[in-house]
Amino acid sequence: MKTPSNTAAHKGYLLCHTCHLLSQAGIGVHSSHCSRCGTRLHSRKPNSLSRTWALTLTAYILYIPANLLPIMTVTMSGKGEPDTIFSGVKELVTGGMWPLALLIFFASITVPVLKLLTLTYLLLSVHFKSSWRPKERTTLYRITETVGRWSMIDIFVIAILVALVKLGSLATIEAGAGAVAFGGVVVITMFAAMSFDPRLIWDALENNHE
Amino acid sequence: MPQQTNAQAESRTHLTACHDCDLLFHIPHLKKGEQAHCPRCGALVMERKGHSLDYSLALALTSLILFVMANVNVLLRMNVGGRTQAENIISGVNELYVQGYWEIAILVLIVSIVAPLLKLLCIFYVLVPLRLNFRLPYAKEVFGFYEVLNPWSMTEVYMLGILVALVKLADLATINVGIALYSFAALIPFMAATDASLDDHDIWESLEPTD
Ligand SMILES: [Zn+2]
Ligand SMILES: [Zn+2]
Ligand SMILES: [Zn+2]
Repeated sequence: MKTPSNTAAHKGYLLCHTCHLLSQAGIGVHSSHCSRCGTRLHSRKPNSLSRTWALTLTAYILYIPANLLPIMTVTMSGKGEPDTIFSGVKELVTGGMWPLALLIFFASITVPVLKLLTLTYLLLSVHFKSSWRPKERTTLYRITETVGRWSMIDIFVIAILVALVKLGSLATIEAGAGAVAFGGVVVITMFAAMSFDPRLIWDALENNHE
Repeated sequence: MPQQTNAQAESRTHLTACHDCDLLFHIPHLKKGEQAHCPRCGALVMERKGHSLDYSLALALTSLILFVMANVNVLLRMNVGGRTQAENIISGVNELYVQGYWEIAILVLIVSIVAPLLKLLCIFYVLVPLRLNFRLPYAKEVFGFYEVLNPWSMTEVYMLGILVALVKLADLATINVGIALYSFAALIPFMAATDASLDDHDIWESLEPTD
């Protein structure tokens, strides 16, 4: 497969991240800043790989307490029952609430795991300068970037339940440390996806043929 | 210098690059409602939406009214054994804070209240002057900030969270739905329509000083 070197980087152009204006590199005194919106121009997101690696690894580490620690504790008539993400899903299944169990399983377990694995795969594929299916990998990146927000459902459910179920000795719900870790995973993977530069996928392809 | 200025003008009028794969190509001439995709990676690179500023502003104003209604009214009310507990969006944040989980309290506050509100205010700050032909300082920075806020505004995810909480509590107690919930449910399509109506390429071009 032959790739045309018809890229902005190759031809000496810089695309502004903020306003999408294309500038010619090295022209004028303010060449390092976009002439329209003033944003600093870079050919690629700065330190994209090391930044994305650092954030992804942090998210992996936080993922462990997010799943081991309770995300909330329901106390009814004095008896407290801590719930982890997984036990919460299991309870929904035993309660016969299948659609809800599937939804929470997808948002709280499938999405974060797939997101971390996808980021790792994309990082490795760029690291090893893979030229395999760049278009599909770019699509994979776009999906990763958009789907992550849906993992926040469980955090919102907790925020609603703690304020609503405040019935003194009858029933109370308290958040748990697992929720803090899980919220961290969601936010950090969102930052990780933002710091990854999909153009690196295509750069590897180009350098292979030069 | 004139040669360089020409080269810059040349690059501005004819070429653009794909933000996902860096391919250079000529800026396509799009008619209203048309989209252009990158020939190499398939990314949506440009879209001429062709909605008027009035249309976007009307949607943004409706969204703002619904947002205020969703935040000042009661979202859910629970009745158990003669006791009633009412809540709105901010009381969830407050309760998390009181329980000592300030990290999640701040997170929920940002993605469910601060980001959506700031997003709408940014839209007014940028579009109202464009519509009425005057200039406000930092309009470009504000519009850039709007685009930064976008992924952090999670009203639609919060709505799904409300529905999950409702189903979870259904067996436990009687839940009454408040005005805020209807306002919140209506806010989501209006917010999405507001975002979809904005043509960022058009707006950036309008914000460019004509010198
Ligand atoms: Zn710019
Ligand atoms: Zn940059
Ligand atoms: Zn492309």
